[in-house]
Amino acid sequence: MPIYGTALLSLCLLAGLSLGRAFGALLRVDSDIGGVGIAMILLILGSGFLQRRGLMKEPSASGILFWGQMYVPIVVAMAATQNVRGALAGGLMAATAGLAAVALCFGLVAVLARKQPANQKLP
Amino acid sequence: MTLVEAVFTKNNLLTAFALVGGLMLVSYWAAGTLTRDRLHGSAIAILLALVLAALAGGKNGLADLPVLSGLGLMGGAMLRDFAIVATAFGARLEEFIKSGFIGMLSLFTGLLVSFVAGGAVAVAFGYRDPVSITTLGAGAATYIVGPVTGTALHADSEVIALSIAAGLVKAIAVMIATPLLAKSIGLDNPRAAMIFGGLMGTNSGVMAGLAATDPKLVPYGAMTATFYTGLGCLLGPSLFFLIARFLF
Repeated sequence: MPIYGTALLSLCLLAGLSLGRAFGALLRVDSDIGGVGIAMILLILGSGFLQRRGLMKEPSASGILFWGQMYVPIVVAMAATQNVRGALAGGLMAATAGLAAVALCFGLVAVLARKQPANQKLP
Repeated sequence: MTLVEAVFTKNNLLTAFALVGGLMLVSYWAAGTLTRDRLHGSAIAILLALVLAALAGGKNGLADLPVLSGLGLMGGAMLRDFAIVATAFGARLEEFIKSGFIGMLSLFTGLLVSFVAGGAVAVAFGYRDPVSITTLGAGAATYIVGPVTGTALHADSEVIALSIAAGLVKAIAVMIATPLLAKSIGLDNPRAAMIFGGLMGTNSGVMAGLAATDPKLVPYGAMTATFYTGLGCLLGPSLFFLIARFLF
């Protein structure tokens, strides 16, 4: 049943966010550190474990795949709820600060990503 | 009319699904016919959504209209993180491990570079006190690191507002620029996506930027970006403030 996959996904995210929060509290920050990243690792390990044992049937997997495919529309909804006016109202200084950081980091991506031959194209 | 409006408002999540579905349809059609797929459909959809958010005004963009309040739930942190984690289903763990070191390196580099860039701009605009410079530098990291750092250091509320604005500009600039620049910076493999996520850090920017470039890269970029804001909140009021105080 698809709900099995969705339930696994939910548990992974809940566990990941809890661990991220705990990690933050340990470092005395009131913020989640890496919760989503931990959740992704848990999902890869958890679903791999179940697949190897033949416990992850196609319908269960569809309960995860559906949400992965909803990613782009969800991001579009996120973009539609951004405080764009607030960004524009910050004036020249805020714009310069934000854009300077972006420009420098784009340059650095090019430098760091090219350090090794990029022969690991996606399958 | 008010009767229909009441139904749409009461079932606001469904209204959001229908609206975003329509937006995607128009955007993918426009990508295919108007730009002959030179621009990805999702890039157009995100751009269109940003324009609509600007037109609607408010702090929450389109979600400030009661009928469209469901967009806040659909695009909020809960479902967004849920969908991101789901994209990792089928991703390869070896890729994460193989690029783990360079990913961590890019995290620290990205935070430092953003902080220095934001701080330098603050100095150029006449700020001389280390608290304001640190807060504005932190804002150039993300719009969460800015106010968290500013609050911890007791910065002026005006400076905190500017740091949020700087972070918002960054997020939106990354959303728009990533699909346009991806090819020229070599952003087409998992390793580059992890470096990209660590350097940019802004969650919304990285996730929307990668979605508009190649959705297969999303989990790799998200993996590093998810550490950025927390690490920034840790380093902003501590290490970065000490550096600023040493210099000014």
